[in-house]
Amino acid sequence: MPNPVAEIESTMPDRESASPAPRGEWFSHPPRHDEPANLPDWYLERRKECWHRFLETPEPVRTDEHWRFATLGNAKFEQLDTATAFPETEEIIAKTHRWGLKETAARFVFAGNRLVESEGAADLPQGVICLPIMEALAAHGDLVREHFMQEEARLGGAKFAALHGAATLSGIFVHVPRGVVIEKPIEVAHWAAGDQTAIFPHTLVVTEANASVTVLDWFRSATPEDRTLAVANVDIAAEDGSRAQYVAFQNWNDRSKHFHLNGTRVGRDARATSCFVNVGSAWSRNESVSRLTAPGADSRMLSSNLADGNQEFDQRTLQLHEAGHTTSDLLYKNALYDRSRTIFSGLIQVCPGAHHTDAYQKCRNLLGSDEAEANSMPGLEIDADQVKCSHGSTSGQISDEEIFYLRARGIAPRKARQMISQGFLNEAVEHLDGEELKAAIEQRFEERFAVLA
Amino acid sequence: MNASLSINDLHVSVDGTEIIKGLTLEIPKGEVHAIMGPNGSGKSTLAKVLAGHEDYEVTGGSVTMDGQDVLGMEIDERSRAGLFLAFQYPHEIPGVSNANFLRAALQARLPKGEEIDAVAFYKEMYARMDELEMDRKFTGRSVNEGFSGGEKKRNEILQMMMLEPSFAILDETDSGLDIDALRIVAQGVNSMRSPARGFLVITHYQRLLDYIVPDHVHVMFDGRIVRSGDKSLALELEEKGYDWVKEELAA
Repeated sequence: MPNPVAEIESTMPDRESASPAPRGEWFSHPPRHDEPANLPDWYLERRKECWHRFLETPEPVRTDEHWRFATLGNAKFEQLDTATAFPETEEIIAKTHRWGLKETAARFVFAGNRLVESEGAADLPQGVICLPIMEALAAHGDLVREHFMQEEARLGGAKFAALHGAATLSGIFVHVPRGVVIEKPIEVAHWAAGDQTAIFPHTLVVTEANASVTVLDWFRSATPEDRTLAVANVDIAAEDGSRAQYVAFQNWNDRSKHFHLNGTRVGRDARATSCFVNVGSAWSRNESVSRLTAPGADSRMLSSNLADGNQEFDQRTLQLHEAGHTTSDLLYKNALYDRSRTIFSGLIQVCPGAHHTDAYQKCRNLLGSDEAEANSMPGLEIDADQVKCSHGSTSGQISDEEIFYLRARGIAPRKARQMISQGFLNEAVEHLDGEELKAAIEQRFEERFAVLA
Repeated sequence: MNASLSINDLHVSVDGTEIIKGLTLEIPKGEVHAIMGPNGSGKSTLAKVLAGHEDYEVTGGSVTMDGQDVLGMEIDERSRAGLFLAFQYPHEIPGVSNANFLRAALQARLPKGEEIDAVAFYKEMYARMDELEMDRKFTGRSVNEGFSGGEKKRNEILQMMMLEPSFAILDETDSGLDIDALRIVAQGVNSMRSPARGFLVITHYQRLLDYIVPDHVHVMFDGRIVRSGDKSLALELEEKGYDWVKEELAA
């Protein structure tokens, strides 16, 4: 087998020079024309460190508990180009407008690594920072530094985290100051094009005391055939009494791969909600960690996934209760068809002294085919007293009686199964705040179900 | 063509055991027929087999609706052809809102490519819900999920009102209802009575028939209609109890 490190390196030359950059030198000659010149030194250093860490970190192996049941071939690094190809961006902007939210506080459209549209950000309430991550690094370096990639990748994705830290160019930084409430969602569309390319979308959301915001990332391929690797990272810091809600809707084409890391930190009386929706890609892996760091912290972790064909969705979660009187509630739902596979591995960890913790974890699988495979590994570690914890996973098929009920109202069998499956997935989404947001996600589900054989 | 729901010498088995043993019944449009009978007489089996439930095997006889063969139709075809079953135990469909469910049922009746008029749909639904004294919040809630017994039954009647069937079968619609809910549900049914529609009301108790007054009453026992009469038969049954029928049959 060829050395994957060498491959990665040979694919990341400065596009202006003919010869590949020497090992480790890539970051002094980044293959990017759009990034600001005045990036802070700490960040340039961090990028180098991340790159070295990426090179040094071994690829996942079968014996690693965090990669149990995973098809490891999906986590191999293949030959990739970081320059995405977008001859036309008008079309993707138009498409974003068509299926995106009607009511947004701000909207950003990225074509690969490049920002091609932004609107609304300038009209946000005074003091809010809502910028492409590269611009934020240049303009608010010290603030970004406090929060940028501060959460450890604890669930097996250290190599991916390092690569992301070294290579991210797209995505946004949102910082909502004390007491400011942004009602409408901030919407970000990430488009990919160009075969064998990689992108590294970054989302960093910080809500100061009693602030509130919702951020939504869409992931879409511009073509049905171009293979993309997306290594995305979303970090959420919900400070005291604040509300931060994040939704990712992943709908890459079925030849692409998606890796999404999430570190959420929830402060006193704050609430953070994450919702990962996967309907696209050949392979998608989410690693989501929620740290409850002070009393009253509340984390909701949601996911809805529709898998068909040969898709594999691999999800690892950690509800880490570091302080007492904290709550976490996880609901992950998978609807599986054909020969698709899902893996759910979730751990509730209640640290010593984190008394009076409430932690719930549910993974529900709906099997629409005998060949589909749902793996669930719920886990619990409790080192405190007066704790309410429950975890469980279920797998089942649509009951004949439910189908009968719908058919008895004139609904054809295929449509009946579709409605029940879609209803099953909607259940996680229903926990989100925002009617238009929920309706938009449900609408996207409906479109996906419509093309399901 | 007969404007009726016509059941002729129907035989039905479940797992090899015969439950309905040669049942004949004709419900012309414009009439309300009630079937009463003790538990285990086959009443609910009749309701489900008419709707097309796949656990029941029809071993003989025929069912036609306005002359059309019903037994040859799929479950959903029967509904679209104008047959409606109000369930004794309506199912919960998590994550599917009541409004979307009704809309899908109505959409299924339209020719391909034709879309339902959403504004007219909501107007109609709200009007019907008002008649049934159902709160508007039920439109957004998942179908029957967390509904009380009475709310579920009202929801069945709402579906019937929206789908406007030619023949409606009400399977123990009164079970689990308090007197107020019973009155509202019965009003809903009565408002649907018309020369263009026939009803088959299946019930264990006479009480429902004080509110939905039938044209004909049939007593079912051991898979057959053993007695037919007018509404006074229901009162007689209530007074004498089902043992009366059993004893008469044994004699």
